[in-house]
Amino acid sequence: MRFTLRVHRQTGPEASGALVQYSVDDISPDTSFLEMMDLLNEQLTAKGEDPIAFDSDCREGICGMCSMVINGRAHGPLPESATCQVYMRHFQDGDVITVEPFRAAAFPLVRDLIVDRSAFDRIMQAGGFISVHSGPKPDPNSVPIEPGTVELALDAASCIGCGACVAACPNASAMLYTAAKVSHLGLLPQGQPERYERVRNMVGQMEDEGFGACRNYGECEAQCPKGISIGFIGRMNRDYLRASLLDPVDRQGEMVPQ
Amino acid sequence: MRLDAKIPEAPIEHMWDTHREHLRLVGPRNRPHYRIIVVGSGLAGAAAASSLGAMGYRVKCFCFQDSARRAHSIAAQGGINAAKDYRNDGDSVYRLFYDTQKGGDYRSREANVWRLAELSENIIDQAVAQGVPFAREYGGMLANRSFGGVLVERTFYSRGETGQQLLLGANSALAEQIKARQVEMHTRTELLDIVVIDGRARGIVVRDLVTGEVRSHAADAVVLATGGYSNVYYLSTNARGCNVTATWRAYKRGARFANPCYTQIHPTCIPASGEHQSKLTLMSESLRNDGRIWVPRKRGDTRAPGEIPEEDRYYYLEERYPRFGNLVPRDVASRNAKDVCDQNLGVGPTGRGVYLDFCDAIAEHGRDVIAGRYENLFEIYERITGVSPWTTPMQIYPAPHYTMGGLWVDYNLMTTVPGLYAIGEANFSDHGANRLGASSLMQCLADGYFILPITIGDYLSRHPYGDVDGSHPAFGDAERGVRDRIDRLLGIEGKRTVESLHRELGRVVWDLCGMSRTAEGLNEALEIIPKLRGEFWTDLRITGTGDRLNQSLEHAGRLADFLELAELMCLDALTREESCGGHFREEYKTEEGEALRDDLDFAHVSVWDFQGPDEAPSLHEEPLTFHALPLAQRNYKI
Repeated sequence: MRFTLRVHRQTGPEASGALVQYSVDDISPDTSFLEMMDLLNEQLTAKGEDPIAFDSDCREGICGMCSMVINGRAHGPLPESATCQVYMRHFQDGDVITVEPFRAAAFPLVRDLIVDRSAFDRIMQAGGFISVHSGPKPDPNSVPIEPGTVELALDAASCIGCGACVAACPNASAMLYTAAKVSHLGLLPQGQPERYERVRNMVGQMEDEGFGACRNYGECEAQCPKGISIGFIGRMNRDYLRASLLDPVDRQGEMVPQ
Repeated sequence: MRLDAKIPEAPIEHMWDTHREHLRLVGPRNRPHYRIIVVGSGLAGAAAASSLGAMGYRVKCFCFQDSARRAHSIAAQGGINAAKDYRNDGDSVYRLFYDTQKGGDYRSREANVWRLAELSENIIDQAVAQGVPFAREYGGMLANRSFGGVLVERTFYSRGETGQQLLLGANSALAEQIKARQVEMHTRTELLDIVVIDGRARGIVVRDLVTGEVRSHAADAVVLATGGYSNVYYLSTNARGCNVTATWRAYKRGARFANPCYTQIHPTCIPASGEHQSKLTLMSESLRNDGRIWVPRKRGDTRAPGEIPEEDRYYYLEERYPRFGNLVPRDVASRNAKDVCDQNLGVGPTGRGVYLDFCDAIAEHGRDVIAGRYENLFEIYERITGVSPWTTPMQIYPAPHYTMGGLWVDYNLMTTVPGLYAIGEANFSDHGANRLGASSLMQCLADGYFILPITIGDYLSRHPYGDVDGSHPAFGDAERGVRDRIDRLLGIEGKRTVESLHRELGRVVWDLCGMSRTAEGLNEALEIIPKLRGEFWTDLRITGTGDRLNQSLEHAGRLADFLELAELMCLDALTREESCGGHFREEYKTEEGEALRDDLDFAHVSVWDFQGPDEAPSLHEEPLTFHALPLAQRNYKI
């Protein structure tokens, strides 16, 4: 198969970027999209040109490192797939393919197709955990958890933190990511003590990072490689509202001497 | 130097407790004075960094990925073992110890394996407390499944993404400590050297992968949690970035390397489809619970699998190993797949593939039950191959997956360089010559949560804190060495790309030091590899500069280390004149073709000591003793 690629090239965050055209041919349909990019890079290196910088690691759709917008869609044409799970058989011979980075103000560009997604890590650090030390813990079966609840928590926990939701959203909102993280822990009994503080802190951090607001476009769910439901955003909103109503917590109560 | 494993004097079932009780401690008020570097943020690294941070130590954690969460532990699919005996099927600490020791073909250290089995229960408790959503049964209790090489159901799982869920647990603990400023996280930063001063590890030299800046970090102890070296084969199930650089730098700075030839070839991976292939994808071993493995009985049978009648199918594992059937350990399953393909019974375009068939399981349990167990794995398979396992059997073939070898460590997980620790896959300790499925996650977390945080205090308490900082000349020297090497790589200006050289190395190591090895082949490899290394250093081509993000340069640095490690692997395989676990020498097998150990001469750990760039490394032995479980011929047939 042969393809014409239009790839975003940019040497750094301050430099100006442009789409550069390349052609590749003799590509087997069983080649993955990233392997096709590898081949292109080998050709560029052989010609003494700078290879295209792009992120990828596990190449099996779980680490969340790969991050390309292919023909306008985060992670390309296949539903519920990361870029590394897209194969050239999913394209037509002779296609013109446009490859761009995940664009968002909160994801500054590093080089070519690589962006800085550390904002996601900071949202996690704001509250995406259950505070426990390492050491002896009670037997897990002492707190039975309904399997349906665990499965729902796992639906949320399947988020691979790639940032496709942000890249897909016209507002570059990180609501789906944050909601998935909040819901995973908020659904489980272990996550209850910090449930409301967690949602308050994580949403606060999300706003500080400069992500946009959610306008219910639903593109995040449509382009999420794990198909995470926007239902979790509703869940997070409810928790957030409750957290605002609960504040401040008055645990002692009040009594005025007569 | 004598190899002292520091195995405590106590009956095996009390060993760890006795040892723990006699270790020196660092008090909570003194811990903030000690600086610890943890390299790697996978299960072992994140668990260690978060645990040490929570104890009050000042920790710096480093990873080359853009986020700590992306370390390759995340890709583990199947599950994690623990001797909980929730299924009431006779499991116990002894049984898990027994299975691991036997699975490792009696080439691991008994004391370490026992401790691992003992700690396995705590790991599940810890993970659940962190919010890891393990599968539950209808009553809300934790669910289990079975894995290869065992006769009990002790594996805990979260769909097909147990590794991701466990790593997210460890990662969230790490996030908490980063927020608390106990851990300073450095992403997109790669270790390029280790600084040893007066015989003790005192820091590391790293390169910022975005700016290209080379700088040092001083500490009171250094922990390597940098994983294994399967990418020496180029094609493996490891992530693209996985590399041996950290452990190799440690080796060259005096840490001894143990059993480099012990590599695990995982039996159930999707076969390679062509030259363009950049990595191989694993299909979880849990599939062997319900899938039946077979090849056509007749050579050159070109019928579609569905048209081959039962009598023309060769269920070779079920026939050869009736008791374990399709659930034999990984090394046995892999070798048998190679064996039938060598007999030209293999399937697929390359003839290097066998069927993994779910037809009977679907008929017996119904589509819904099978979907509940494996749906996401079926999806992964269909996405990659374009073929649906619901209608056509999967094709699978073994692929490099895990390396049991690694830095030699004592019972405290310290290498032969004082103050330098190795945990998780980076060390050699617990899996002998073959690792059982669902045991790597267990080992990483045992090391990271429960062992290292205790043992490291014993070392730290014996030394003053903060007596060396980055201004010591040793750091400047190491930085200069790193910069010189980068300049050398960039200055070669030859013709060959890093990819092409890596692919070539991979082919040599796979053919000659892969699933089966011979003295002749290994000697051949020992001639080819230095030549290839010579070609690398004279004909490599990297474009761009070192003072900015340059992925070819990163890859080249890693390949340079693989080119050296490959030689040590072959040397180790050549000197180990026996077959054991994943190390199969054609010259040493039973009449039935099984691995034949030589316990008289090789019941030891082979420990290699670096002698200099152009010198042959020296070989030392740590004898293995067998008290709790006497040596026996491994047999999965009866």
